[in-house]
Amino acid sequence: MSTLTDAEVDVARRPSTSGFIGKEPRQRTSVLLTVIMLACAAYFLFPLYWLLVASTKSNADLFSTFGLWFADFSLMENLKTVFTFQDGIFSQWVLNSLLYSVVSAVGASILATAAGYAFAKYEFPGGKALFSIILGAIMIPTTALAIPTYLLFARAELTDTYWAIILPSLVSPFGVYLMRVYAADAVDYSLIEAARCDGVGEIRIFFTVALRLLVPGAVTVLLFTLVATWNNYFLPLIMLNSPEKFPLPVGLAQWQSTAAGGSGSQALFSTVITGSLVSIIPLVIAFLFLQRFWQSGLSTGGVKA
Amino acid sequence: MATLTTTPPSQSSTTAYKRKPLTIAKKRQYRAAYLFVLPFFVLFLGTIIVPLGYAGYISFFRKQLVGGVSFAGLDNYTRALTDTDFLTSVARMGLFLVVQVPVMLALSLFFALALDSGMTRLSKFIRLGIFVPYAVPSVVAALMWGYLYGRDFGPFAQFAELLNLPAPPFLTDQFMLFSIVNIVNWEFIGYNMIIIYAALRSIPTELFEAARVDGATEKRIAWSIKIPAVRPALILTVIFSVIGTFQLFNEPNLLRSIAPTVIDNSYTPNLYAYSLAFINQDANYAAAIAFLLGILIMALSYAVQLWNQRKENQS
Repeated sequence: MSTLTDAEVDVARRPSTSGFIGKEPRQRTSVLLTVIMLACAAYFLFPLYWLLVASTKSNADLFSTFGLWFADFSLMENLKTVFTFQDGIFSQWVLNSLLYSVVSAVGASILATAAGYAFAKYEFPGGKALFSIILGAIMIPTTALAIPTYLLFARAELTDTYWAIILPSLVSPFGVYLMRVYAADAVDYSLIEAARCDGVGEIRIFFTVALRLLVPGAVTVLLFTLVATWNNYFLPLIMLNSPEKFPLPVGLAQWQSTAAGGSGSQALFSTVITGSLVSIIPLVIAFLFLQRFWQSGLSTGGVKA
Repeated sequence: MATLTTTPPSQSSTTAYKRKPLTIAKKRQYRAAYLFVLPFFVLFLGTIIVPLGYAGYISFFRKQLVGGVSFAGLDNYTRALTDTDFLTSVARMGLFLVVQVPVMLALSLFFALALDSGMTRLSKFIRLGIFVPYAVPSVVAALMWGYLYGRDFGPFAQFAELLNLPAPPFLTDQFMLFSIVNIVNWEFIGYNMIIIYAALRSIPTELFEAARVDGATEKRIAWSIKIPAVRPALILTVIFSVIGTFQLFNEPNLLRSIAPTVIDNSYTPNLYAYSLAFINQDANYAAAIAFLLGILIMALSYAVQLWNQRKENQS
């Protein structure tokens, strides 16, 4: 969660700065600095390289061959095990992760967009107070909040349901803050006033005039919620009991503890490793898209400021 | 809330709000505004405000095997403040913070400055390479590093064996904290680098073109112009590290399966609250711990803010 807000802070800050100032690339490059930076990048890529190599090995080779180079290629066998182990529950986890993150992300960004727009463009009784309560909630540590939420949901018999994950993930106070900042600049008052003069209702103004202008900001909220929900571990861990409702992180962690538990289940290591690889691939792909959207969202905000 | 003082929302300039009888149009606008805010606010109440209130409420009670639930006043809180398991875990996170944050900040700042200086080749590849761990779920990050650290098939242990050395003690009592520091750094350095890098890119070029004309070196420009300019971004990364550190759970919980004797139930405050709630079934005490933790985090973030403001006023 905190990672999510981190990014949003940056996005939110953007409109207040004077936007992108293009810098011409300078000609002097330093070989020493390049080498140092490449070495550092290697450190960050190293575990992923290891994961890639390890997922092509059988469980026996994992223990008997050198970790940083390939042995017999058994990626296909590993993948088959990942998707058939425990009656193919892994594909269920993939679907659950998709469901949780897509529904939460779409919902959170819709809710945040509507609320942020109202806070930016309407002066209504209680509006300021509501907004400051929401701002205050940004600082509430999410995991410290998870146990109270669990206790309440247990009361309402909502635990171990899909709602237990989706409902809390729909609420992004930071998303509201971000959208308020974004809407303040992106939607011009003159547009709203013009529509009003034409006799268009407030709700229709939002859907036909404002929404189009708010899309880049909303996409930013959507993508960050998507990543945060896809990666979330603590909330589903405490909320869910049934393995068939687990998202990927909880499922993988459970396999891992079975594998590390030792005796007889050792063959699971290569399965956990290959499963981990599979679980990060969609994210890396989504992430490349995210980068593009993120930057377009940023520069749009900058220009409007 | 405190963080937001660095990033005030741009003030909207609505038509002046005057006390006069409400026109039908105004009423309509109010209704629309409430309608837009309502869906969010209902969920906000249900998943944040009410749970907080409920947890606060039950933290004043205790459940006993004999006699059921009874009012306990501040007992759960005094118990927490004298609970060595809890206090040790908080102290451990304090140490973690002191070790991890400076390393992370220094490296992310260095990477951002290096990329911004335009003096590196392949900078796009480097930037993406350093940033890519952000896309890796912390569970998978902890799994990978756990295997890398391990004696069974970790490459470091394999290297050591090749050289007839003892396996590196990553997962021992002594080094576990640093091993977790390394995982957290791996996950977040690239991320913070991007935040700082974005802030660097938005500094108007004229600021340091003038310095350059006056003969200032790149190092001098970085130190005297760029770093002060990205100060708000740095403070933000510190605050989010404080919040993240005291909530640390995923990494130690994953490593626990391979080093159960090193990481116990109260290795981090959050791990402790978790095991109180779900293993000891002591929801009342767990709620009090969660509350104290939240207060501690907010107080620390606020302290960072205050310290920053005072520094800014001085300079």
